[in-house]
Amino acid sequence: MNKFVYADNAATTKIHPLVVEAMIPVLSDTYGNPSSIYGIGRHAKTFLDNARNIIASAINANPDEIIFNSGGTEGDNAVIRGIAKANAHKGKHIISTKIEHHAILHTLDVLKKDGFEITLLDVDSEGFVTAKALEQAIRPDTILVSVMTANNEIGSIQPIAELGAICRLHKIPFHTDCVQAVGHIPIDVAAMNIDLLSLSAHKFGGPKGVGALYVRRGIRVPSYLTGGGQERSRRSGTENTAGIVGMAKALEIAVDELESERTRLSKMRDRLIDGLLKIPYSRLTGSRDNRLPGNASFCFEAIEGESLVLMLDMFGIAASSGSACSSGSLDPSHVLMAIGLPHEIAHGSLRLSLGRDNTEEDIDYILETMPTVVDRLREMSPVWEDMNRKDANNV
Amino acid sequence: MYSDKVFDHFAHPRNMGEIENADGVGTVGNQKCGDIMKIYLKVDENEVITDVKFKTFGCGAAVATSSMATELVKGKSIKEALALTNTAVVEALDGLPPAKLHCSVLAEEAIKSALADYYTRRGIDPTPIIGCSGNCSCCGHDHDPAHEHIHNEEK
Repeated sequence: MNKFVYADNAATTKIHPLVVEAMIPVLSDTYGNPSSIYGIGRHAKTFLDNARNIIASAINANPDEIIFNSGGTEGDNAVIRGIAKANAHKGKHIISTKIEHHAILHTLDVLKKDGFEITLLDVDSEGFVTAKALEQAIRPDTILVSVMTANNEIGSIQPIAELGAICRLHKIPFHTDCVQAVGHIPIDVAAMNIDLLSLSAHKFGGPKGVGALYVRRGIRVPSYLTGGGQERSRRSGTENTAGIVGMAKALEIAVDELESERTRLSKMRDRLIDGLLKIPYSRLTGSRDNRLPGNASFCFEAIEGESLVLMLDMFGIAASSGSACSSGSLDPSHVLMAIGLPHEIAHGSLRLSLGRDNTEEDIDYILETMPTVVDRLREMSPVWEDMNRKDANNV
Repeated sequence: MYSDKVFDHFAHPRNMGEIENADGVGTVGNQKCGDIMKIYLKVDENEVITDVKFKTFGCGAAVATSSMATELVKGKSIKEALALTNTAVVEALDGLPPAKLHCSVLAEEAIKSALADYYTRRGIDPTPIIGCSGNCSCCGHDHDPAHEHIHNEEK
């Protein structure tokens, strides 16, 4: 019996069976180009319109405020580059945070080369931005604020409504990379004062390669993919009809079951956290409150994250780490650095993220397996050897 | 990403452990970089490495390269062990992804560091025999282009 526990839903999620079911007729039969004027084209267009309505209603937006695209990275790029370009005559200052996804940070780096000034707000030791910090960073030449709704590594959920309200006061467009949050916690762009929002289907049970950007009426994101004029000329390219239909179905299901899933996952996550914190020299990263329902992230001293992930894989558990080795650079995750963890501790990070298919048995198995894995790696570790020697000497 | 040999050495590391009363012990790397390797050596009167053990804090490649390095020097003379190169370690593992080549460099250095310690304990200056086998502030002090490339990226 080869047990397999998928605990990396923050990386991507399994497509819901009903989503596959919804996509197949589009792939097989309704293959028309939605811009075509004959029947099979119009039929495809109807699918798009329905999908647009569903996505809009899931975040309390208007359908005409939704632009379909290839995912979160495209949405983030479109907003950062587009708003910067469109408003450069008014100012060249952009505010974001130290814990954003690379789709935001690396895009901001590109803007720096074009003379934009970027302020990255600090976060506290649990990964939260404060309204006060934002208020203090705003300048007369600030043209955009971008703060992610929930962090992908440590699950911290930001006070988006409060931050949005400050931006509204200063008449600065407020964008949120909502990729990890949509479908998992309630999102209401009106109540949360959000002007722009990125979302991605494969984080909530939909297919990969498709997402949407919400742009409030009155905000201008210049057209960045020019061509046939799709998405009201804001983002040309023949639509990924099947993907979009799948995305809408996935979001519909996610929103429908949001409260019950949130409750179910939070309980399992908390049991996981309580259990794993019993391992000596372990700590939770992020906070216990205001945390994504499925996200549990830790650091284990004296061992390294990639080897932790590889060994868990040997036991059939899929998870991820913010360690340098697993990121391909020599620095551990920028998020763990931003919350003030020293390098040595940050290298031993592990992220478990639960989703719809995880069960209590999965949690049991992880709790059973982790101590063995940590022990095996510590047995191999010269750092652990030193720690024990120090402890023995201190007795 | 990793060859079967790397996975094998990771899952079943050879010569993992400590040696009490070792004749030479060397540690390279540091926690800031996320890679530390420690080598213990037992050397007989004929300068043959009769036993070697390793401990590693690091990724899959770090474990595999240190494990393989111990296999390659066990039972060999000091002279043969000194000739061990990181390239030999990588080849023995059927290759490593480019980003992980520096682990093999660290493994070579760890062996050299333990050998240097062996000489130092006997009152012999290791530098003319081994060359620079020290341990700089980051992942080992060396002149390997693969390793320097990584350091330059870090800047």
